[in-house]
Amino acid sequence: MVEKFEVRSLQETYYQTTLKNGLRVVIVPKPHYYKTYAMFTTDYGSIDRTFRPLGKKETVTVPDGIAHFLEHKMFEEEWGDVFHTFGEQGASANAYTSFTKTAYLFSSTQEIKKNIVTLLDFVQHPYFTKESVEKEKGIIAQEIRMYDDNPDWEVFFHLLRNLYSDHPVKIDIAGTTESIYEITREDLYMCYETFYHPSNMMLVIVGNVDVDEMMALVRENQEKKSFPKAEPLERIIPTEQKEAVRANTTKRMSVNTPQCLIGWKIAPPNDTGKELLAYELKMDMLLEAIFGPGAGHYEKLYEEGLIDDSFAFEFTMDRTFSFISVGGDTPQPVKLEERIGEIVQQVKENGIPKKDLERVRKKMIGSFLKKFNSLEFIANQYTRYAFSGMNIFDVVPILENMDVTDVLELLHDVFDPSTKSSSYIVPKKSEEENE
Amino acid sequence: MLEEYVVKQQELPIHLLKTEKYKTTNIALHLKTDLTKEKATHRALLSNVLKSATKNYPSRKDIRLYLDELYGATLATNVQKIGDWHILSFYLTVVNDQFIETSQLFKKSIAFLQEVLFEPYLDEEGFFSEKIIEEEKRLLKQRIDSIYDDKIRYANERLIQEMCKNDPFAIHPYGDKNMLFEVTKQSLQEEYHRMLQEDDIRLYIVGNHTKEEVQDAVASISISPRPKRERKIPSQRRREEKEVREVVEIDQIGQAKLSMGFCFPVYHADQNFYAAQVMNGLFGGFPHSKLFMNVREKESLAYYATSRYESAKGLLFVYAGIDASQYDKTTRIIKEQLEDMVQGKFTDQELAQTKMMLKNQLMEAYDSPRSIISMAYKGNVLGKERDLNTWMKGIESVTKDEVVHVAKLVTLDTCYVLRGEDA
Repeated sequence: MVEKFEVRSLQETYYQTTLKNGLRVVIVPKPHYYKTYAMFTTDYGSIDRTFRPLGKKETVTVPDGIAHFLEHKMFEEEWGDVFHTFGEQGASANAYTSFTKTAYLFSSTQEIKKNIVTLLDFVQHPYFTKESVEKEKGIIAQEIRMYDDNPDWEVFFHLLRNLYSDHPVKIDIAGTTESIYEITREDLYMCYETFYHPSNMMLVIVGNVDVDEMMALVRENQEKKSFPKAEPLERIIPTEQKEAVRANTTKRMSVNTPQCLIGWKIAPPNDTGKELLAYELKMDMLLEAIFGPGAGHYEKLYEEGLIDDSFAFEFTMDRTFSFISVGGDTPQPVKLEERIGEIVQQVKENGIPKKDLERVRKKMIGSFLKKFNSLEFIANQYTRYAFSGMNIFDVVPILENMDVTDVLELLHDVFDPSTKSSSYIVPKKSEEENE
Repeated sequence: MLEEYVVKQQELPIHLLKTEKYKTTNIALHLKTDLTKEKATHRALLSNVLKSATKNYPSRKDIRLYLDELYGATLATNVQKIGDWHILSFYLTVVNDQFIETSQLFKKSIAFLQEVLFEPYLDEEGFFSEKIIEEEKRLLKQRIDSIYDDKIRYANERLIQEMCKNDPFAIHPYGDKNMLFEVTKQSLQEEYHRMLQEDDIRLYIVGNHTKEEVQDAVASISISPRPKRERKIPSQRRREEKEVREVVEIDQIGQAKLSMGFCFPVYHADQNFYAAQVMNGLFGGFPHSKLFMNVREKESLAYYATSRYESAKGLLFVYAGIDASQYDKTTRIIKEQLEDMVQGKFTDQELAQTKMMLKNQLMEAYDSPRSIISMAYKGNVLGKERDLNTWMKGIESVTKDEVVHVAKLVTLDTCYVLRGEDA
């Protein structure tokens, strides 16, 4: 049965259903738009490296970077490259792999039905040959080396390695130039069969489409295919210690401007659904109230020359891990870290005035509405929330009805110094030691 | 779906692109002048000084608090070059009144933007705050310095500098770091006044507002007549030397960043513009293009291998991240792909697919308010404003012969590579 939901606060309507094979399908019609954006996602990413393969009894650990490798190789079929099939049908296709998800997507202004079928069919049809797997290694090695030269990427992964001792979030999503050479065709099939079952996947279509027609098309396509019976997934994620691994790392790179990124590891909450969403939104509000451009601290750091508009802060919450990160370009990483520490201490002692929290609430509602101009945002975020048991359409009502002073309760638990670490990037040419 | 109007408030043209599609109203104010090092430096600084303090909101914090009160309205400034022009822009985005109980967000936003440009915070002597100038100088210097940190971007900048020596196009829209230290509060003030008196100033609005609402919101803006300007055609890069220039720079990086610059004397307003877009699409704009197919898929030399057509200046660029040891092989393959274009070695099907992808891209751009503004404004600056329909038809009408004809105009000028020491 297809359920229809009208969301008055956003003036949007959406439809969702779960097919017999377990695939979740969501449609958000956007009749004024030219394009349609569709995203087919599996709840499987780089952290899922130890698991029990489908039909097997024992768990295995696979080479790092395999989820991303699989993403690259899915585009190949017996008859050639699926990029071209999309191209012939006027669509631009893409894919990405994150810590917890692998997403395949296209956007197009025409031939939507054909493109949807192509999307479903290629993702549900693995075809790997030994030769093509070998050839892909050179391309992925260049992708990894591209990221190795990127200071934003490096500062981030160093922070994760400083924060996490056992959790695989500390491993680069694409693996290493060594680990990818261990990947075999058989590994790819094993991961595919375990994690690309329809019951572990979701299709989201946002754009200028007819809901009934699309639902019928997807259902018909899925009913033609047979899948093995779904088994509950067993993924092994090691227990992570509460404390950060080390306080700091400093990496030298060929840059002019140093970077400083500070993080606090947070144990993932046990909440689900609306409670979990409310928790995330409160955390976002807290960070915005402390570090946001409207906060007095931001202004001071800016005047002191410690930050510029690259300064950013984020609460990342995903399957099995969560952390806060704060930082950006700065001429003085050590000084910036000290000042951030002072600010956090001060907020812990004095709290945050209610009127600031009210202002932040307004800003967050407005920013969220703004993002709804983007079909990509709707599809990506719908998927992200739904895989974690949350609903993106609850964001505005929760923000509107929240008692903003609840945000302050979070201060008891976050910013524990033992969970904190920092990562610096400093210029190679400088001779000065950065402590 | 998108109704276009131009209304005038005194000497200020206002381009209203009326649509119900979005949850926001997007406003852009553009100021255009000649691209020189001095102007670019002053204006890059001005863009940050002006958004830091106004008469009624005399600090960054006051401004941000006010924007938050307008339901997270955002004010951003940026500087860019379009051909030989330097553009300073203010962007303001605000949620539509219909989603919020309080109203008048649009009117308040226009009034605020007006204040940012025309009523900055000035000290008793009538200058911008020296404190703010110094802070923003330091930060602008940092931004200029960080161009070097993003190696792909840096390689592109360096290619343009090498290729367009002695041409305004070599100037970065941020200006020049050394010149930045020479900027005084007096010179900044002079540039500010010159900007208000002489620049071509235009306002673009994408949102669900009537002409009358817009006229009402802008009624108090007062701007004087502009000095007459001739329409300028970008100076053409002429090749004096026959040899391709090769520039190699060493940096402490792992992957070599290859940037190749070609002269491609077809401009935005030309009839051949559509053919040039199709040519670029076939050559390196898409995953089915020659560069992606050969450099990446066939030879596994690179993860990215693309081309970009710069219609404001008649240039074409190719970018790839490779192993430094593969430089000769990669550049040879890239040249072969271009030669194949000249020989017409592409199928009707590839041609049709490229056109379809370009049209798709164009329509998708019309789904984003920011892109709508930037396309409309670029057309205005470059002397040819095309609506979506005209543009689509133009692409559709391109023939194989026309693609081959423009491909023959492409000549390699400079190969730039940034690579590690041990290659």
